[in-house]
Amino acid sequence: MIGTGRLSRVAFAAWAALIMLFLFFPIAIIVLYAFNPSNIQSWPLHGLSTKWFSSTWHNEEMRQALWLSVRAGLLSTAIAVVLGSMAAFAVHRFRFFGKEAISFLLVLPLALPGIITGMALNSFITYNGVTFSLTTIIIGHATFCIVVVYNNVLARLRRTQTSLVEASMDLGADGWQTFRFVILPTIATALVAGGLLAFALSFDEVVVTTFTAGAQNTLPLWIFGNIRLGQQLPQVNVVVLFVIAITVIPIALAQRLTRDTGILRRPTAQTGRVRAGATA
Amino acid sequence: MLIYMAALALLFISALWRVDSLTGNLVHSWTLDNFKTLFTVPAYRTIALRTIGIAAAVTVTDAILAVPFAFYAARLAPKRLQSALFVAVLIPLWSSYLVRVYAWRLILAKDGILNSVLGNVGLGSVNIGYSNWAMWIVFSYIWLPFMILPVWSAIERVPDSYIEASADLGASGWRTFRTVLMPLILPGLAAGSIFTFSLTLGDFITPTLVGGAGSDFIGNVVYQSVGIANNVPFAAAFATVPLVIMGLYLLLARRLGAFEAL
Repeated sequence: MIGTGRLSRVAFAAWAALIMLFLFFPIAIIVLYAFNPSNIQSWPLHGLSTKWFSSTWHNEEMRQALWLSVRAGLLSTAIAVVLGSMAAFAVHRFRFFGKEAISFLLVLPLALPGIITGMALNSFITYNGVTFSLTTIIIGHATFCIVVVYNNVLARLRRTQTSLVEASMDLGADGWQTFRFVILPTIATALVAGGLLAFALSFDEVVVTTFTAGAQNTLPLWIFGNIRLGQQLPQVNVVVLFVIAITVIPIALAQRLTRDTGILRRPTAQTGRVRAGATA
Repeated sequence: MLIYMAALALLFISALWRVDSLTGNLVHSWTLDNFKTLFTVPAYRTIALRTIGIAAAVTVTDAILAVPFAFYAARLAPKRLQSALFVAVLIPLWSSYLVRVYAWRLILAKDGILNSVLGNVGLGSVNIGYSNWAMWIVFSYIWLPFMILPVWSAIERVPDSYIEASADLGASGWRTFRTVLMPLILPGLAAGSIFTFSLTLGDFITPTLVGGAGSDFIGNVVYQSVGIANNVPFAAAFATVPLVIMGLYLLLARRLGAFEAL
């Protein structure tokens, strides 16, 4: 049988360890380079220092880009939480004409390469004579943020027993009360997790943003531009560390939140998780 | 409920708008000239072939890297380690794409870590910083988690008894892998390859950052046509190339049962 022999077991474990090293080595490099005292990006580093942190913080362009990214992230997440969960309820609860089509359309922005979504939005925006602004960035981000929330909420709804809702109705609760006291508590963590992931995605999106931002820079666009032109690299290193931190924290939190809680049905818990992770 | 429907209708319409504006563009300004340019100018053919070639290489590389890892994670690792590995695969998947590409730029640069380490062990230096090799490595790195997860869940769903039966009937480990496990995890591999292939096809950030001067992807040409040359019809024509390829690929993947494995 495969993997039962001592030797093959060790070989598999070694392979897994190598893959882990491969996955995390570049992230470790990013952390180190943020403390690079020199403004030349060569290895080995000559000591570690935090000297670039303050100049980065006081970089006006960077601040504007950061502020734009924060606003875009928060607003598109807010839109995604509302629309994404509504779409999930509708697809879960009702049968209606075109349901299959809608559930397909909703996943499209994640499955299609960003450049196609970006180009479609770009030509739509220019065609209608709309000027590029924060609003157009938010529209662009909302397309994929909605999908993330939708997937998370729908996965949770599918794992929730319908008997909970039936019991609530039998006990005389009206639709609103059932929603408020039964459905909302069951999906709350999935909703928050979806929102966190949506924010993380929006916060570092480059492709769609290049097509919808016009002349303004979001933080990732600022980073991308500077890397390409080789400018302000010490500051870029610091910002990049900050971006990694701010995208990893929501993911870790979201992961905790989507663990199954007592009230949910658990079909083989592990499979459910792997699949939820893969589709989200 | 009215709000649900209104929101859905809005979503539905906005989705239609987008697609419609795209096709609208195609219909209005799509003389065959764009396609003629595409097929007759050798540079564009080279770019298309390079894009597809690297996407295919990345997909194969990721499959090779992912299968033993997923097998270990799903079947051999102790339970606690399993959940740790799961989170460890998810973190790079969701963390900043741009930042991870930048990390590789630092590693592969001429005076970067790779050459420094190679120099120290006396292997001289390699100049793969801005080349197709760099793109191959970086793409394989970036999309690896997308391959691992579906393969992992496919391996997990193979009943133990199948593998035991195969061993009882005298099959060697390799033979069990090839004739029992492989066909069962093929849908997972197909599902993962949809991501690795399609994401590579549409990318232009990685080629810009780690590709050399002559390593444009379809995405770069599309990006330049829209952003610099303002030639949306040509960009759209070129963008149909990955779209058509993906369409065909999805049909193939569907046959392999990839959609059930998603």
